[in-house]
Amino acid sequence: MKTLTQDLQSEGMARRQFLRYAGTGAAVMAGVLTMASCSKDHSATVTNDHVDLGSGDIAILNYAYALEQLEAAFYVQVAATPYSGITTYESALLTDIRDHEVAHREFFKAALAGNAIPGLTPNFSTINFSDRTSVLGAAKAFEDLGVSAYNGAGYLIKDVNYLALAGKIVSVEARHASLIRNLIAPGSFADSTVIDANGLDGAKSPQQVVPIANTFLSGKKLAAPSLGIY
Amino acid sequence: MNLFNVIDEIQKVDPEFQDRISPRRDAIKNITSFGTKVAAAALPFAFSTLFKKAYGQTTSSVNDVLNFALTLEYLEAYFYNQGLAKTNLIPAADKGYFTTVAGHENAHVAFLKTVLGSAAVSSPTFDLTAKGTFADVLTNYNTYLAVAETFEDTGVRAYKGQAGNLLGNQIVLTAALQIHAVEARHASAIRYLRASKGVTIKPWISGSASVFNDTGIAAVNASYAGENNTVQGGVDITTLNAVSGKTSITAAIESFDEPLTKDAVLAIVSPFIVS
Repeated sequence: MKTLTQDLQSEGMARRQFLRYAGTGAAVMAGVLTMASCSKDHSATVTNDHVDLGSGDIAILNYAYALEQLEAAFYVQVAATPYSGITTYESALLTDIRDHEVAHREFFKAALAGNAIPGLTPNFSTINFSDRTSVLGAAKAFEDLGVSAYNGAGYLIKDVNYLALAGKIVSVEARHASLIRNLIAPGSFADSTVIDANGLDGAKSPQQVVPIANTFLSGKKLAAPSLGIY
Repeated sequence: MNLFNVIDEIQKVDPEFQDRISPRRDAIKNITSFGTKVAAAALPFAFSTLFKKAYGQTTSSVNDVLNFALTLEYLEAYFYNQGLAKTNLIPAADKGYFTTVAGHENAHVAFLKTVLGSAAVSSPTFDLTAKGTFADVLTNYNTYLAVAETFEDTGVRAYKGQAGNLLGNQIVLTAALQIHAVEARHASAIRYLRASKGVTIKPWISGSASVFNDTGIAAVNASYAGENNTVQGGVDITTLNAVSGKTSITAAIESFDEPLTKDAVLAIVSPFIVS
């Protein structure tokens, strides 16, 4: 039985072979018509001005990988430079979250293998890591965004095994969001600013999320022509 | 709660849904004009049938998932409504948490009933003591918290286990994922409350090679079966790099929640169901 990693690698391989056969180069990758004409998922590419997430399930997994890279980098910084007045309990919880996000990042990197986007360069210049309010406010924004990103992209996933994995991760992100919110204001774990009148959490499309994620990147920005994100 | 809220939800999920809809989803292309031609009373059912047909899943298979979810939501809503109704059970300082959670569970019941329309199952009769296993659930706050924690963690696992049955279904899968995340927020908050009472518990499900149930309550072992899994999609998470060295087994367990099958969940909740 093939592993998911092997599945992804073979999908990427098929795309590369298709491209070679079609006589197209990397520069053509961004063409929407090229995407539409190819039923196979394609792997990520880096052009002069952006990082293309790829297409099909690879694009969705790279999308998740990009968000996990941002979250992991954020919490690595939080743990390395604790904010003023951090309690032992808070430190333990934030270190746990760091380890979860790093595990998620490394998982996607391993699963995507040759189809993975490169390591991104975060820009957290808007966050004051010595200030509790700034750090927890940013953590809340990242976690709520992460939850809504997974919720909004779930239906785009074609392979049931990838959907299951996304499901295993998103509930952990929701646990983080809840905890961070309770650290900021006890009882605000699922207040009406994030849960609607039907009791539903957020769901944001990649088109909504990627531009927000891009504000935290220096250098190359994310793009995904296959998802309508340029 | 009414049908228009459901339409609002769809528009929130994807504001450009109408524009980008694929040909095989033509069934829901002109949903508004369709709606005006159907008698109001029949609308919810017709509406949900349209959603389901559009995604290649049979109405009965999607309804099975939704009715399974509805049954769990009935139990959770009843549990929190009963708890809040007891005058000396929940401390004043914690009431806000439970008011929030109860509000969501009641909203989930109403939402699922609306989506299911006439296909919705009715609420069973419940025994919150689970035939005496949790005899003091409505008189001992520690027991109440423990059962709440188990319900939420089990609910998360139940929704997760059904996601595959809704593959590609923009409307129903997305809504199920949105509820799933809310249940996970609840689980984290209830665990946080338990920790504040001195129980050694984290907001996320932890464990070790030998411990799959981190709650310290053996009676709920079935709700945590397999939660100490560390292999995901063929990748052993403990072989992956961490900030220093490799990922600890604790982090590997905590960073992924596990699903439960419908049968496993029904076996867990059956002691709470009288009829």
